[in-house]
Amino acid sequence: MLQEVARRLMATIPVMGVVAIAVFALLHVTPGDPATIIAGDYATAEEVARIRARLGLDRPFLTQVAIWLGQVVRGDLGTSIFSGLPVTTLIGQRAEATTVLALYALLISVGVGVPLGVLAAWRRGSWVDRLVMIFAVSGFSMPVFWLGFLLVYVFSLGLGWLPVQGYVPLRESVLACLRHLTLPAVALSCIYLALIARMTRASMLGVLGEDYIRTAFAKGLPPRRVLIRHAFRNAALPVVTIIGIGFALLIGGAVVTESVFAIPGLGRLTVDAIVRRDYPVIQGVVLVVSGVYVLINLIIDLLYVVIDPRIRY
Amino acid sequence: MSGLTRRGFLAGSTAAAAVTIGAPFVHAQKRGGTMRFIAHADLKVLDPIWTTAYITRNHSYLIYDTLYGTDEKDQIRPQMIDKHGVSSDGKRWTFTLRDGLKWHDGKPVTAEDCTESIKRWAKRDPFGKLLAAHTAKIAPQDRKTFVLELSERFGPVLEALGKPSSNVPFIMPAHVAATPDSDQIKEFIGSGPFRFVKDEWQPGNQVVYVRNPDYVPRKEKPSGSTGGKVAHLDKVIWRYIPDATTASAALEKNEVDWWENPPVDFVPRVEQNPQLTTFVYDPRGQQGWLRPNHLHPPFNNKKARQALVHMVDQQKYLQAAVGVPKYFQTCPAVFLCGGPYESKAGAEGLARQDLARARQLVKESGYDGKPVVVLHVTDIQALSAVALVTRELLQQAGFTVDLQAVDWSTNLARRAKKDPPAQGGWNVIHTWWTGADVANPAVHAGVSGAGATAWFGWPEHGEIEKLRLDWVRATDRAKQKQIADQIQRLVLDEVLYVPWGQWTLPYALTRKVQGMLRFPAPLFWNVTIT
Repeated sequence: MLQEVARRLMATIPVMGVVAIAVFALLHVTPGDPATIIAGDYATAEEVARIRARLGLDRPFLTQVAIWLGQVVRGDLGTSIFSGLPVTTLIGQRAEATTVLALYALLISVGVGVPLGVLAAWRRGSWVDRLVMIFAVSGFSMPVFWLGFLLVYVFSLGLGWLPVQGYVPLRESVLACLRHLTLPAVALSCIYLALIARMTRASMLGVLGEDYIRTAFAKGLPPRRVLIRHAFRNAALPVVTIIGIGFALLIGGAVVTESVFAIPGLGRLTVDAIVRRDYPVIQGVVLVVSGVYVLINLIIDLLYVVIDPRIRY
Repeated sequence: MSGLTRRGFLAGSTAAAAVTIGAPFVHAQKRGGTMRFIAHADLKVLDPIWTTAYITRNHSYLIYDTLYGTDEKDQIRPQMIDKHGVSSDGKRWTFTLRDGLKWHDGKPVTAEDCTESIKRWAKRDPFGKLLAAHTAKIAPQDRKTFVLELSERFGPVLEALGKPSSNVPFIMPAHVAATPDSDQIKEFIGSGPFRFVKDEWQPGNQVVYVRNPDYVPRKEKPSGSTGGKVAHLDKVIWRYIPDATTASAALEKNEVDWWENPPVDFVPRVEQNPQLTTFVYDPRGQQGWLRPNHLHPPFNNKKARQALVHMVDQQKYLQAAVGVPKYFQTCPAVFLCGGPYESKAGAEGLARQDLARARQLVKESGYDGKPVVVLHVTDIQALSAVALVTRELLQQAGFTVDLQAVDWSTNLARRAKKDPPAQGGWNVIHTWWTGADVANPAVHAGVSGAGATAWFGWPEHGEIEKLRLDWVRATDRAKQKQIADQIQRLVLDEVLYVPWGQWTLPYALTRKVQGMLRFPAPLFWNVTIT
């Protein structure tokens, strides 16, 4: 087991390397030039060229890749072209908001999506099932930004229960932090919740038709116990898989959600950096996020062993 | 009744008037509080000389001071300067700093700080470069006095030093101003009414300023960037909320106090809310430009460029870009309507759209039918809308159009390319400028005919360049106006660019905010919050 974990951790290095080089290449073929943004309206061509040289953007592509990778190996993600702050500092300033938002959204998605899926499967064909499926389809179809504005309109401007925007760090106030993140987390979790509910329902339907479930009922076990101990435990594997895959959805959705709710997270940092072509920041964030994504998938794979003892590494 | 005679009343009134006029401005407003402000952009760069970005200029007005300022009526008035003297030939200027000026670290502001700051600014700013080209020497004379010796007469010395918009000659400590102009400064010590709290700066989220308790304001009433800069607020927090819907909701919910740039379609909602109000901060506002590329066909031909003037219907452009008539006006003046150089010289073609004349000029230009590349900036609503208007009008005038969608950052890179349009260059771009940046021939980038070193589009016209030099060397207002008229006539005849209108936009505020000043940048002194 430990060997497998070590092997998988080692395997993340080439994956992240490929991601890093691919992102670097994509950025450098994208039109736009930070030097022209910095130089401003009055700069001459010579001044722009001087800025490009100072930023190292005039060097051959492979040289730039080699320099950057050398920095990354030393744990240095470079500095922002515009603010002059280290990329690690910028990521550090933003990581908490995105992490708390993603976890809050994950909690809502799993906490609501799984019971809804189980309920729909248990009451297959009934109005409860149809209602859950309508909810799931609606949730899947609603754009995050639209839902975000709708929630703000109802719960902030209308009822005045929750703030419109912003973020309060956890260390300042846990309650204020959660108040600020409730609407964004609900908006962000909606698609994810729908996905989990549908997947749970499908998986549960497969299990509920098995002989051992019929046997459990025939033995007179209470339905709740059959559902949770016998059916859900065996149906959980695909659900856990979808939670891992869905993490990418959460990160992607966070970009939009953080913009709508003005949350200073990694999503906003990425968008702002892309708009300005702040290459070191984009590269740094993508590298870190891809690393986290690989790690999440590793954790999911390890969870299989816990859920299904038949699986061995 | 008391014996109030006419003579007594007159004497009393005169005395009262004299006291009022002579008395220092009394700052009776409420002190304290935190201002929560939504800035128009994210503050990323902190050096106002290194960049022309307005957000950096606005930030710098809080923490730095200027030698001179521009008041509401465009008059240049002293700010850090106590007095100045000019020699009889107009070539030797002596400036003396006023008392009580201190840096945020407690050290006194010296004449050397001023000369070093001016030198660095003059390496980057076009107006500064003009001044530098006419300067023989600038040096401190003692701790509070410095001398500017001109090699040739230069009329707008004070206009240059009191320039209100980017790059503003902000005064920095000499050791900071010694930073090469190609590098960003790394220390942010000003002498202005607010201090920058660097530890709380989060690019992409917030910027924090606190009142500078050591700032000694002038005694005069504040007006524009001149007069008494009295900081009533304890703290100013800039927030960056890029989504307009979110910003609007935050203002309505009282989570912020002041929104710098509400899009015009949000303004009616603000005006209908009794808790909110608007404030037109710069009555001259902005000027829109259509800029042809003078290097490549068809607009390397004067007749093809003149067709652009006849095809433009400013009303159509403004309706598309701004939409609310009370905030825009058609204006053919190159140096703005409402400014000291407003003129109709040579503007007959812009006064009325004439598509038949435009088509005739296109024919006479020998246009070969190759597509005209128009850069279409899709992520800025106003620029996106006007590019679509231009496409329609160009087609009506007889051009074939290739509208190429780009984001703003790509547009910045593309517009700098001198290559032919078929090889990544362009034929037409659109932009707009703050009024203060087009108010006279020295600051207006669009009237430069300097060819390769002119603003993108690179028009070359020796006579215009000579007139611009004449303007800065003129010391008489009437003469300057006459030269500005001549420049405008040539600019519109040669079609260096086509102005497509002028508009202004208001701030949106809660009614708790009082004391706003009219100026192209948001100013935080004199402002109170209840």
